[in-house]
Amino acid sequence: MSLVQVSDLTVDFGDLRAVDGLSLRLEQGAALALVGESGSGKSTVASALLGLHRGTGARVSGSVEVAGTDVARAPEDALRRLRGGKAAMVFQDPLSSLDPYYAIGDQIAEVYRVHTRASRRAARARAVDVLDRVGIADARRRSRSRPHEFSGGMRQRALIAMALACEPELLIADEPTTALDVTVQAQILDLLHTLREETGMGLLLVTHDVGVAAESVDDVLVMRHGRVVEHGSVGAVLGAPSEAYTRELLGAVPRVDAPRALPEASQEAVLESAVVEEGVVEGHVVEEAVVEGVVHGEAVVEGVVHEEAVVEGVVHEEAIEEGVVLEAVGLRREFGRGKRAFAAVDGVSLTIRRGETLGVVGESGSGKTTLGRMLVGLLEPTAGEVRDIGHARVGVNPAVQMVFQDPVSSLNPRRSVGESIADPLRARGERDEGRIRGRVRALLERVGLEAAHYDRYPHEFSGGQRQRVGIARALAADPHVIVCDEPVSALDVTTQAQVVALLGELQRELGLALVFVAHDLAVVRQVSDRVAVMRRGRLVESGPADEVYGNPQDPYTQQLLAAVPALDPEIAARRRAARRRAAAQESARHESARRDADLRDADRRESAVT
Amino acid sequence: MSGFAGFALRRAAGAVLTLLALSVIIYVVFYATPGNVAQITCGPRCSPEQVHQVAQQLKLDDPLYLRYWHFLEGIVAGQDYSTGTSVEHCSAPCLGLSYQSDQQVMRIILTKLPVSLSLVVGAMVLWLLLGVGTGVLSAWRRGRFTERALTGVTLAGIATPVFVIGLVLMIVICGQLELLPFPEYVSLSDDPEQWAWGLLLPWFTLALGEAAYFARLTRASMLETLAEDHIRTFRAYGVSERSIVGRHALRGALAPIIALNANDFGSAVGGAVLVESLFGLPGIGQELVHAVNVVDLPVVVGMVLVIGFFVVVANAVADVLYAVADRRVVLT
Amino acid sequence: MSEAFVAVEAAGTGTQPVPAVSGARQFWRRLRVQRAALVAAIVVALLVLVALAAPLLTAIEGQDPTTYHPSLVDSARGGVPLGSFGGIGGDHWLGVEPQTGRDLFARLVYGARVSLGVALAATAVQVAIGVVVGVAAALGNRWVDQLLSRITDIIVAMPLMIMALALLAVVPSSFPRPVLVALIIGFVAWGTIAKITRAQTLTLKELDYVAAARLSGWGTLRIARRELLPGLAAPVITYAALMVPANITIEAALSFLGVGVKPPTPSWGQMLTSADVWYQAAPQYLLLPAGALFLTVLALTVLGDGVRTALDPRAVSRLRVGTGRKGEAKADGGVGTVDAGVAKPAKTVGAGVEKEVRS
Repeated sequence: MSLVQVSDLTVDFGDLRAVDGLSLRLEQGAALALVGESGSGKSTVASALLGLHRGTGARVSGSVEVAGTDVARAPEDALRRLRGGKAAMVFQDPLSSLDPYYAIGDQIAEVYRVHTRASRRAARARAVDVLDRVGIADARRRSRSRPHEFSGGMRQRALIAMALACEPELLIADEPTTALDVTVQAQILDLLHTLREETGMGLLLVTHDVGVAAESVDDVLVMRHGRVVEHGSVGAVLGAPSEAYTRELLGAVPRVDAPRALPEASQEAVLESAVVEEGVVEGHVVEEAVVEGVVHGEAVVEGVVHEEAVVEGVVHEEAIEEGVVLEAVGLRREFGRGKRAFAAVDGVSLTIRRGETLGVVGESGSGKTTLGRMLVGLLEPTAGEVRDIGHARVGVNPAVQMVFQDPVSSLNPRRSVGESIADPLRARGERDEGRIRGRVRALLERVGLEAAHYDRYPHEFSGGQRQRVGIARALAADPHVIVCDEPVSALDVTTQAQVVALLGELQRELGLALVFVAHDLAVVRQVSDRVAVMRRGRLVESGPADEVYGNPQDPYTQQLLAAVPALDPEIAARRRAARRRAAAQESARHESARRDADLRDADRRESAVT
Repeated sequence: MSGFAGFALRRAAGAVLTLLALSVIIYVVFYATPGNVAQITCGPRCSPEQVHQVAQQLKLDDPLYLRYWHFLEGIVAGQDYSTGTSVEHCSAPCLGLSYQSDQQVMRIILTKLPVSLSLVVGAMVLWLLLGVGTGVLSAWRRGRFTERALTGVTLAGIATPVFVIGLVLMIVICGQLELLPFPEYVSLSDDPEQWAWGLLLPWFTLALGEAAYFARLTRASMLETLAEDHIRTFRAYGVSERSIVGRHALRGALAPIIALNANDFGSAVGGAVLVESLFGLPGIGQELVHAVNVVDLPVVVGMVLVIGFFVVVANAVADVLYAVADRRVVLT
Repeated sequence: MSEAFVAVEAAGTGTQPVPAVSGARQFWRRLRVQRAALVAAIVVALLVLVALAAPLLTAIEGQDPTTYHPSLVDSARGGVPLGSFGGIGGDHWLGVEPQTGRDLFARLVYGARVSLGVALAATAVQVAIGVVVGVAAALGNRWVDQLLSRITDIIVAMPLMIMALALLAVVPSSFPRPVLVALIIGFVAWGTIAKITRAQTLTLKELDYVAAARLSGWGTLRIARRELLPGLAAPVITYAALMVPANITIEAALSFLGVGVKPPTPSWGQMLTSADVWYQAAPQYLLLPAGALFLTVLALTVLGDGVRTALDPRAVSRLRVGTGRKGEAKADGGVGTVDAGVAKPAKTVGAGVEKEVRS
C-alpha cells in the first residue's frame, strides 16, 4: 500500500479553484517534491494531506489517503491521530510556526503527549532527545529556551524535531528553507537527508525552488494553476523536461555556475519577434522567457555564452575608462547607542563606474541593505563619505536612484502609478502637464507596461509589474546610478528573469551604473561585472565576478558557494558529501579544542588544589 | 535575570520622572492661571486679610519656578503653616492646607482613601473574573449562538454609562426587590461582613462596564492569536481544540489584558467618582466632586496628585508585568 | 488553517482585474456589508436629524425646553408632576420635569443637541491636538520626541474624569458651559490618538514609497502632506469613531455630577441626577434620558466597530467582499500580499483602541 495516495483532488476557496483534479502517489520511504510558483496550489495540496482544510470553508473533493487513513472521511479523532502521529508537517516560517510564549521543549513535549500516553517527564526527555537528534547543541538546556532565543536555522531544526517526536511515516515539509540564509538552508536540507536515511520515512517537499528539490528528492511533480504539469524522476524532469512550462521554469532559474550576461543577440531577437505565447501577460509583451531560457540553458551547455561574455567584457572595459560615478570611502554605520550600539556596516569602500554592474552579495545581517541605503543617501553614514563623480555628498541626489525590494510597500497605494513615476519630474520643477504625461507614458512603455496604465493604482498590478513601475520611477530622475536592493527576491522565478533582463537592457541602453544588492548568489552572478561579498558589515572579498565565483579566496565565499543548491542531482550529492566532510572536520576541531580546554581546566584545578 | 531587574529599576526611575512631570503640569495648570490665585485658593468667602495671608504662604511674589520648588519641597519635606494665631506643622508628604475646611489636604485624603481603595480593588477582582471569563467563553464558542449572545451582552455593557447601571441596579435591587439594603460604607476593620455587603452593589456597578471591555479585548486578542501561524502548527499536530484555545490562545491574550488593566485602573478611578456620588460613599471621589463644587483648590490639586501617583505606580507595575508576560518585549 | 494562508494561496488563480475604486467608495462598500453597522448608521443619522431639527420639533409640539410650568407640578408633594404618567398629554408629549414642570420632550431633543454637539466638538479637538502632537513626535528629533511622548504618556495615564473635574473647578463660570465641557474633554483626552498617530507615522516613515519620494528630491513638508497624512487617515478615523461614544458618556457623567452642562441648558446626564428620587411617580424621567444615552452610545459604538472593520485591511478577508487583493493579477508572478492601504498597526495600538478613555 502506498504511503500517500491522492486521486482527483480538487480544492476550492469560494470561487477560486486552488487545486484542480490532482492525483499523486508516494511509496513508503520515497521522497517527492511539489514544485511550482506562487499560486500554483502546492501548499494547498500539502494541507489537504492532513485534512487541514476542514472547517475553513474550503470545498475539497476527491480522495486523499495517507498512511492508511482516509483523510476525507475519517472522524475527527482518527484525523488527529494521523496529524503529527503518522504524518508530520514542517512549515515555512520557523519563527511564526512556534508558540512564542512557551519553551521549545514544552511545545514538543505537548505534541508528544497528544499521541502517546507518556508522562510529562518522559515527554520532556523525548523532546530533549529529538532536539539532540536534529543537531541542537546542549539540547537539555536549550529545550528550555523560547523560540525568539533561537536563530532561524535552530528554529527550523526545532520544528523538525517536533515532527520527529512521534516517529511519523511521512514528513511534509512546506517551503522549509525559504525563510533561511543559503548556508543555513544547506544545513537543513542535509539534516532532512540524513534523517530520511536513518528513519526511512517518506518525504513530501513543497518548494518553489527547483534547486532545493533537486538536492532533496527522488521524484518531482511540477504544478501550475492547481494542475500537474509534469511528474517524474528528478533526473528526467530536470534533465530533459518534456513540457514547455517546465522548460520555462528551468530556464528562468539563475545558475551560480554560469557566467554573466544574457546573450545580447538572442535577447533582441526575442524582443523583435515578440513571440506571443504563454509568457505574455495582460497585453504587454514581456521578454519571452521560454525562448530566452532555453537559449540560455543550451548556451551554458555548449559554452557559447562564455565567448559572448568575453566580447561584452571588452565593451565594459571601455565604459570603465569613462570613470567613476559613485564612490564610497570608509563607510561605517552604527545603530543603537551606548552598550547596545553595533556597526551594521564597518569600513566599506567601493567604486562604481559608468555602465557597469556591481553585485553586493551577503546573507541576512551582513549589512548589505544598510550599505545600499547609504549609497543613495537615505541613511547618513556614521563615518566615511559617499562621493558622486568625485564630489562628497550629503543627503539624497536624484541622480542616484533606488529600486526597492518589496513591490507592495514601494508604491503609495493611494496614488496612481503615473503620479508616482512623475514625482522626480515634478520635484525637478517641471510644470508642463503635457510634457510630464508624455514622459511618464514613454517610461511606462519602456519598462514593458502600457501607457494607459498611467491612471491605475498599485493594487491593480502584480508584483512583477509593480517592480517595473518602480524601475520607471527611478528612470524618471535621469539617474546615472541605480541601487537595486533585492529587486527580484519577492518575485517568482520566471518574473525574476524578466525583471533582471529588463535591468540589463536599460543599463546597456542608457549606460547606467547598477549596484545590485541581493542574497541570491546566482542572481548576482547573472547580472554583475564585479562582485563584493559582505559579511557582518565588512567586505570579505571583491573582484570581477568570474574570479570571485570561479576561484573564491575567502573561506566564507567558498562556504557560500558550496551551499547553493545545484540543479544536477549528482553535483548536489557531491557537494553534500563535501559539506559533510567539512562539518565533520569542524566538529572534530571543536571537540579537540574543548578537550584541550577541559584539560587546561583540570590542570588549573589541580594546581589550585596544590 | 539581571537584565530584567535592570528593566524594573529603569521603569521605576521612569515612574518617578513621570510623577515629577505630572506635578509640574498640574502646578502650572492650577497655580499659573490668570486671576487672583490667592483668592481662588482661599475660597470665595475669604476676607482680604486671609487672602493676603494665603498669598504670603504661597510666596506669590516669587517667580513661578521658585513657587513650584516651594510646593515640591512641601511634598517632600513637609511645611509649616501659620494660621494667624498659631503655627501648624504639616508633615511630609504635605499637600497643603484647605483654607475652607481648615484641614490638611493629606489628612482629608487619608480618611477617604480606604473607601475608594476598597471600591476599586474589589471591583477590579470582579471585572477581571467576569470579563476574562466571558471573553474566553466567546472565543471558545466562536461562531455559535453563545458567542453572539455574549457579544450582544458585552456591547450593551459598553453602551451603558456606569451611573445608569448604578441607578438601575439600585432602583431594581434595593428599591423594588429589596434584596439588598441601600449601599453603605462600613470600615473593613470594624466589620468585614458588613463591609462586603455594603460594597456589593457598588462593586458590581463599577465592574460590569469594565468587564464588558475586558470581554471584548480578551475575545479579540484570542481570535487574533487563533489566526496566527503557530496555532496552525498545533492543529497540524493533532492537538485538541480545547488545548489550543485554553493554552495557546489564552496565553497570547495575557499581555494585552495586563496592558488594558493598567490603563483601566485609571478610568476605574474615574468611574469610582460616579459610583461614590451615586451611592453616597464617603470616598475621595465624592470629596473631589464636593471640592470642585465649592472651588477648594488645594484639595482638588492634592486629589489629582494622589490619584496621579496611584495611576503612575499602577502603570509602572503593569509595564513590568507586561514584560514578564510577553518575553518578546525588548527591555529598554 | 489561517485565513491569511488561504487567501494567499487562493489569490493565485484570480485574474479578473477590479476597476479602480476610490477610497471612499471602497470604504462604503465594506461598511455596507455589515448589517449591524448599517442599522447603527441609520440610527445615528436619525439622532443627528432629531438634534438638528430640535427647534422645529418643539415648535410642532408647541413647547420649549426652558419655560417653567409650576402649575403642572404638585408643590405640596415636593414637585411631583400632576396628571397620569408624569403629566403625559397632548400638550406635553412625554410629560413634564418634576419640580420645574419643564417640558420633557423638549429637554430630551435639545439634550440630543448638547450630547452630540459636545461629543463631536470634543472629538475634533482631540483629533486636532493628537494628530499634531503625534506627527511632530514622529518626525521631530530625539528630544522633541522624548518630550512630547512623555507628556502624551501622562495625558494617557491620568484619569480623564478626574482631570476634567479638576479643570472645571478653576475655569471661570462665565464661560459658555457646553463649549467649556467640549474643550476640556478635548484637552484632557488626546493622548491615545497622539500615540496611535506617532506609531503609525513612524511605520509609514519607514515605508519604501516614502524613501522613494525622498529620492525624488521632495522636501519634508511635501512628503508629509502627500505620502504620510493620507496614510494616517484610516487609523485616526477609526479611533475618532470610537471616541465619539466615549465622549458622550463623559459629558453625561460630568453633567450627572453637576459640574458639566448646567441648567437651564438641558443634558441627558444632568436629567438623571435626581431621577432616582422620582422614578416611582415619573418613571419616564429616568427611563427616557437613560434610554436615549444607551441607544446613542450603542449605535455609535457599533458604527465605530463597523468603521474599524471597513478600514482595517486585515479585516477584508473576514468580510469576504471583492477587493483589491482578489483582483491582483497574478499572471506576471508576484506576491500575494494584502494591499498596504494601512500599515499594520502594532498590537498594542489595538489594545489602545479598546481602551477608550472613559469616566
